[in-house]
Amino acid sequence: MELFWFILIALVLAIFFVLDGYDFGTGIIHLFFAKKEKDKKVIAKAAGLFWDSNEVWLVAAGGMLFMAFPTFYASVFSGFYLPLIIVLWLIIFRAIGLEFRSQFNNEMWTSIWDKSFGVSSLLLALFFGIALGNIVRGVNLGSVENGKSLHEAHYFFLPLWDSSFSPLSETPGVIDWFTLIIGIIAVVTLAIHGATWIRLKTEASINKKLKTVIFNLTIVLIVLTVFSIIVWQIVNPNSLNNFVERPYLIVFPLLYLIGLFGLLFIKKIKKDNHGFILSTLLIIGGITSSLASLFPVILPSTNTINESLTIYNTATENYGLSIAFNWAIVGVILVVIYFIIQKRLLKGKIDKMDYGH
Amino acid sequence: MIFYDRLQFAFTITFHYIFPQLTMGLSLIIVFFKWKFLKTKIQKYNDAALFFMKIFAINFTMGVVTGIPMEFQFGTNWAKFSELTGGIIGQTLAMEGMFSFFLESSFLALFIFGEKLMGQKLHFLTGFLVFLGSWASGWFILATNAWMQHPVGYEILDNGKFVLENFSELFTNPWLLPAFLHNQFASVVTSAFVVASIGAFYILRNKYSEHGKLFLKTGVIFGLVSSLLVAFPTGDWNAKNVAKFQPASFAAMEGIFETEHAGAEIVLIGQPNMVEKKLDNKIAVPNILSFLTYQDWSRQIPGMDQFKKEELPDNIPALYYSYHIMVGLGTIFIGVMFLAAFQLWKRKLHTVKPLLWTIMFLVPFPYIANLTGWYVAELGRQPYLVYGLLKTSEGVSPTVSSGNTLFTLLGFVALYMLLGLLFLILVGKTIHQGPKPLKH
Ligand code: HDD
Ligand code: HEM
Ligand code: HEM
Repeated sequence: MELFWFILIALVLAIFFVLDGYDFGTGIIHLFFAKKEKDKKVIAKAAGLFWDSNEVWLVAAGGMLFMAFPTFYASVFSGFYLPLIIVLWLIIFRAIGLEFRSQFNNEMWTSIWDKSFGVSSLLLALFFGIALGNIVRGVNLGSVENGKSLHEAHYFFLPLWDSSFSPLSETPGVIDWFTLIIGIIAVVTLAIHGATWIRLKTEASINKKLKTVIFNLTIVLIVLTVFSIIVWQIVNPNSLNNFVERPYLIVFPLLYLIGLFGLLFIKKIKKDNHGFILSTLLIIGGITSSLASLFPVILPSTNTINESLTIYNTATENYGLSIAFNWAIVGVILVVIYFIIQKRLLKGKIDKMDYGH
Repeated sequence: MIFYDRLQFAFTITFHYIFPQLTMGLSLIIVFFKWKFLKTKIQKYNDAALFFMKIFAINFTMGVVTGIPMEFQFGTNWAKFSELTGGIIGQTLAMEGMFSFFLESSFLALFIFGEKLMGQKLHFLTGFLVFLGSWASGWFILATNAWMQHPVGYEILDNGKFVLENFSELFTNPWLLPAFLHNQFASVVTSAFVVASIGAFYILRNKYSEHGKLFLKTGVIFGLVSSLLVAFPTGDWNAKNVAKFQPASFAAMEGIFETEHAGAEIVLIGQPNMVEKKLDNKIAVPNILSFLTYQDWSRQIPGMDQFKKEELPDNIPALYYSYHIMVGLGTIFIGVMFLAAFQLWKRKLHTVKPLLWTIMFLVPFPYIANLTGWYVAELGRQPYLVYGLLKTSEGVSPTVSSGNTLFTLLGFVALYMLLGLLFLILVGKTIHQGPKPLKH
């Protein structure tokens, strides 16, 4: 049961990053590459139509995490208190940027909300990457100092940063050079994803140029990926053991690699949805590989006194999990149905859509 | 210090609940307009549905962005509470995401963008599904809250964790149905006032007055029916539940300091004096409270003197005033809506200016009644998070310092001020533009 819930939540989170990820990416591209008002408008629309139904995946993942792994939820949410609240504020800025930009036809008004949408998308991508970096790196569970836990074994609190900015310090903060690298990887990945989405959904005048942008970002991403795998070995020398012990887990990194190398051929790809599929693989592969490298741990402990949090020592009782299994099946089926209906009815390029609004 | 955590939760939920109370009620009225249009094919009804859809959409966005912090805060500020009870209230919260938020948000996008793509019948259906989603959301959140007010179906393990023992009891909780119905009708009151007052505004300004009359009429009818239902049977039913399951809160909210020998009086006016433990300037009617609560004129009702100090809510004046404000406003709403309905029946309402002005200026008050109602529920639950079982002070995050909470609280205050301002500007603009048939 724990395994089922772990997989389901990981799946919902991955879908969130694929769906809302293109909104973040769209925001990043919007910030740097959209110059003409017409492009800005249609690109904002490419995110604006769907951000709300995409964000529900985050809410759903949160709810399920709360139900299935309450100890993990409590530990991580209170431990990463400040970055999480900042993420909440960014989510608000992103949303109002999107919703309010076209409410008034005034240059100053639209440019403020464009910036709000773009900058908060960029920072959100960065923060989500940093969060993933923190999970992979692990935290000082129980806030151990001089060999003694200051808190219960599964609680901790991280400052935003520690003056050394090093993941190897005794009390690493949320932001250090390792998590920052993962954050940048997330920004680049989501920018690529946003670009493939814009190509898929709009006929913006920058679409041609975006192919080059995607290509260049892919090169950057390859370099960053190699680099991060090397430094990951320094931060956590056991990070690849899981793939040796359970060779079938290799499929996840493979997904990532297919996405990554596929995108190198972006200039040759004719169909816009192929580009989007490749960047989707990139995201799903990246997230699942990180989780697979830890499994069954979900938050490693960086000290030797308190044990890491796993899906087994943070889950609720079996009765609750099994009951929820039943309704979750029904729920998933319903959600898939809504999703298909929605995408069917709102398909095609945004510029051409006649939605009478 | 736990004080800031409580203040932050209270502030953010108060702000959040400004929006869902309108979306829940308004979705019902939009569905009504759309249904009338399907039946009569009179364009006016469709205009009304589309106009209120715009207001709904702005409101919905605000509900979503302020709702996400609510869910996160369980983990960030109330970690111990989440750890101990997540196995139970996590069920209802996760179901809310699965069964209502997905439904609501998927079909809202279609309702807003899809009229041309889908045709009228399907458009009505998507509107109906949005309504269903938002009411389901209310149902699940109230199931969560009902469990905190009156815990059922649980088992406490040796390590202090609450785990689920009986799933269906979460939804057959005797606290749930009355609270849900009362809350939903109260949200219809809010939206009825909003609809009626926009109508009154258009009539008084003599602009869009044809639409104005329709809004006014619809608002008044919905308003009268829902105001009545809020008071009776649902308000009464809730009060009986509080008397039964939370007697200490009941004594505090009714302002009964001393137990009387026989029937308890009902307090209409009076200020709690916490030093002398009595009500100043009291006006009360003997025996009525006993009758209302137990249909027995002489039934004894325990006063606050019967409870230990640690069992009583920690802010009795706020609780008492909140309750009396809610009930007082409820009575006023019934009165005003009754007068308006009478004039409507005589077909004169749109000419009775003082009544139109009254309706227009009453708009903030249903919001106040709804929020004070929630203060009654939440302050009355104190000093417990889970009534009788888990103290509020035991639920807070062990590692988050009060400096950090104060910082985030100030951040939320600043951000929400900005949000509130933008919200008012946009709603104002929408009302100003008025309902126009879309040109397509
Ligand atoms: C328009 C809003 C409104 C109005 C006019 C009223 N209420 Fe109310 N009341 C609410 C809005 C509300 C609410 C916000 O919806 C609450 C908070 C929790 C809940 O389920 O509903 C509530 C809760 C609530 C409770 C439960 C408190 C607790 O849980 O401890 C009681 C006993 C009443 N109400 C009683 C009444 C009575 C007797 C009314 C007579 C007119 C009344 N309410 C009018
Ligand atoms: C929208 C309506 C609501 C309003 C206006 C409201 C209001 C409040 C207020 C004023 C407090 C502070 C109490 C105090 O300081 O004594 C509070 C606390 C709290 N409420 Fe609510 N509440 C609402 C709905 C809910 C719901 C539906 C839940 C559960 C799902 C909930 C859970 C809590 C929790 C966990 C606390 C923090 C602990 C505490 O101080 O009691 N609230 N709420
Ligand atoms: C009386 C109390 C509450 C009611 C009736 C209520 C109802 C609603 C409704 C109808 C929505 C949909 C958005 C909208 O229509 O504006 C919503 C949004 C939301 N609410 Fe509340 N809510 C309440 C309190 C809470 C509390 C205590 C939480 C914390 C768990 C919460 C979490 C959320 C979240 C996360 C959303 C965003 C959902 C989305 O992404 O669509 N709400 N709420």
